[in-house]
Amino acid sequence: MSGAAATLRRNGRSVQRMLPPRAWGVLAILLAVAYPFVIEQLISGSNDLLDASIQTLAYVIMALGLNIVVGFAGLLDLGYVAFFAIGAFVMGWLGSQQFPDVSGGEGFHFLTPDTSPLGGAIPGIHVNFFFVIFIAAVFTALWGAILGAPTLRLRGDYLAIVTLAFGEIVPRVFENATSGIFGIGSIDFSNGRQGITPIDKVNFPWSDTPFHYPLELEPIYYVGLGMVLATLFLNIRLRDSRLGRAWIAVREDEVAAASMGVNLVRTKLWAYALGAMLGGFAGAFLATYNNTVNVDQFEFGFSVFILCMVVLGGMGNIWGVILGAVFLSMLNRFFLPELNDLPDKVGLDFDVTSINFGIFGFLLLVMMVLRPEGLLPSSRRKLELHADDVDADEVWFDEASLYDTRDDEMRPE
Amino acid sequence: MSVDVGKSEFAAPAPGGGATLLEASNVLKVFGGLVAVNDVSFVVPERAIVSLIGPNGAGKTTFFNCMTGLYRPTAGKVLFDGKDITAKRPDIVTNAGIARTFQNIKLFRTMTAIENVQVGMHGKMRSRIVGMVLRTRFVRREEQAAEEKARELLDFVGLKRGNELAMNLSYGDQRRLEIARALGSEPKLLLLDEPTAGMNPQESEELRQLMEHLRADKGISVLLIEHDMKVVMNVSDHITVLDHGEKIAEGAPADVRANPRVIEAYLGSQA
Repeated sequence: MSGAAATLRRNGRSVQRMLPPRAWGVLAILLAVAYPFVIEQLISGSNDLLDASIQTLAYVIMALGLNIVVGFAGLLDLGYVAFFAIGAFVMGWLGSQQFPDVSGGEGFHFLTPDTSPLGGAIPGIHVNFFFVIFIAAVFTALWGAILGAPTLRLRGDYLAIVTLAFGEIVPRVFENATSGIFGIGSIDFSNGRQGITPIDKVNFPWSDTPFHYPLELEPIYYVGLGMVLATLFLNIRLRDSRLGRAWIAVREDEVAAASMGVNLVRTKLWAYALGAMLGGFAGAFLATYNNTVNVDQFEFGFSVFILCMVVLGGMGNIWGVILGAVFLSMLNRFFLPELNDLPDKVGLDFDVTSINFGIFGFLLLVMMVLRPEGLLPSSRRKLELHADDVDADEVWFDEASLYDTRDDEMRPE
Repeated sequence: MSVDVGKSEFAAPAPGGGATLLEASNVLKVFGGLVAVNDVSFVVPERAIVSLIGPNGAGKTTFFNCMTGLYRPTAGKVLFDGKDITAKRPDIVTNAGIARTFQNIKLFRTMTAIENVQVGMHGKMRSRIVGMVLRTRFVRREEQAAEEKARELLDFVGLKRGNELAMNLSYGDQRRLEIARALGSEPKLLLLDEPTAGMNPQESEELRQLMEHLRADKGISVLLIEHDMKVVMNVSDHITVLDHGEKIAEGAPADVRANPRVIEAYLGSQA
């Protein structure tokens, strides 16, 4: 068993050395670009596969976002779904007929078609998708920082519990925002449990013709791919920066990081904000792709699902996280539905898709036993998990002074 | 700036010449019912090497932590370079010019030696988030300069394996790396918490020379907590002795060595 694994690892490394890293990147991008055509040739009725792949692109973005928080900065976040929800709702607000009374029923249009094919003005706010994703990203980043702020002094289990609570609170706030939000105003922000639908289709700013997914999937696939590449670029640049180093320092030892001049508050808030930003970015994309923004999508299981991608792929390693996201998402969206006939054939009566979380749980269990560092671990994580000596002598210190944002005079205790 | 002294006399300026760099007056730290540091006043002049000694549990590290912001003193005042840094956050204290090492080594274990030193430079670097993502010319230059400087500092402390992970370094090298990392923040005052612990006599001697170099070449003051009396007596301009949280003696090495209270604290009274 371990002999086989070692051989595999050796072979993997020699394959990896055949090309320089940059060439591997170019090759991966070319493959991703050619992908829709390849599967069209190989598989009849490839639409299901392409549909699953487009969903997967969004999951990759979210997994990369969560990886900033969990993998780089080491802050366990169990409420990531909140940012998916916020991003999706921004898309819902700025790209649907949710607010029909805007400018006297004429609607507000920004680089989107303003008259319906049947004639007449389209009511509601309609901002071009390529602007909405950035508005959603900034708005969600802001909320990432706001929700992150109260958790700054928490660690481990306590941090997980508070973030979990935020993941529950945010969708409930939206669900109840049918008559103003936070009790302010009387506008319906969410349609309650029905959700906002339909959502505007994507159109290029220079064209008045929207894409027509789900009938034609290729254009939206490339939009998603472009968003993934932008996310990847952001992640790599941040990882190799001053901020990326500070995140890892904070993850390794907060006391030492603070004593080296790292501002813990700012460093952690950036991690929350940037992680959340990518959640909102992907959330806006999924909202238009799924044509609905519905609070039923925003459940706890979703946060866990994204976290599983990060853990399974290899916390802290960008490529591992992408692999984990692709693997779990494709399994969930494509391979498990394909297996739905299987129980029937052996005389059992259930759908494989209905036990998907059981299957993921089992996979995670197997992973944790055989390879706790993930499929493609970051070299750092691997060292952490396999270090022989565990650092047990934590200094007891004043947590309060580490996070004190006041620079004022000494206060009597 | 002057505080009502009341109980204890103001710390006498230590010899070594130069203006006062750090001045702690009447620092008190209480944990529940335990008085860990009791009304200690203390001065570090510029370009001085000053030691803080005392038996285990005397409150030396607690006093360190009060000055570097890890603990908030219960009472008292800490002035550094004319600025009040009492109870400031650790990163503010560090960026004001005080860097430290830790008694139990606290390196970023899965980062390389160079990366560790680069984290030490964090507060001195000016790149912003947009610049980092776009990797502007400014950021590229700053990163490059940081790497060069990190290598220089590693050379300075005598650590050759810059690309090695911190956790794979030998104990003595880890201690050296902690000093290099602290120097990354370009401090005016370096606080060393038992730097020779676990070192052999030759390494201790190298460390002593390093401290002399710091003062001579970089003009950095050193505040040292140390149990190795050979190092302390050889290197210090001035020694302060703590016992049970209280200052029991201070002065030049020869005076402290002869002080009966110090001997009693270390060896017990010969009743």
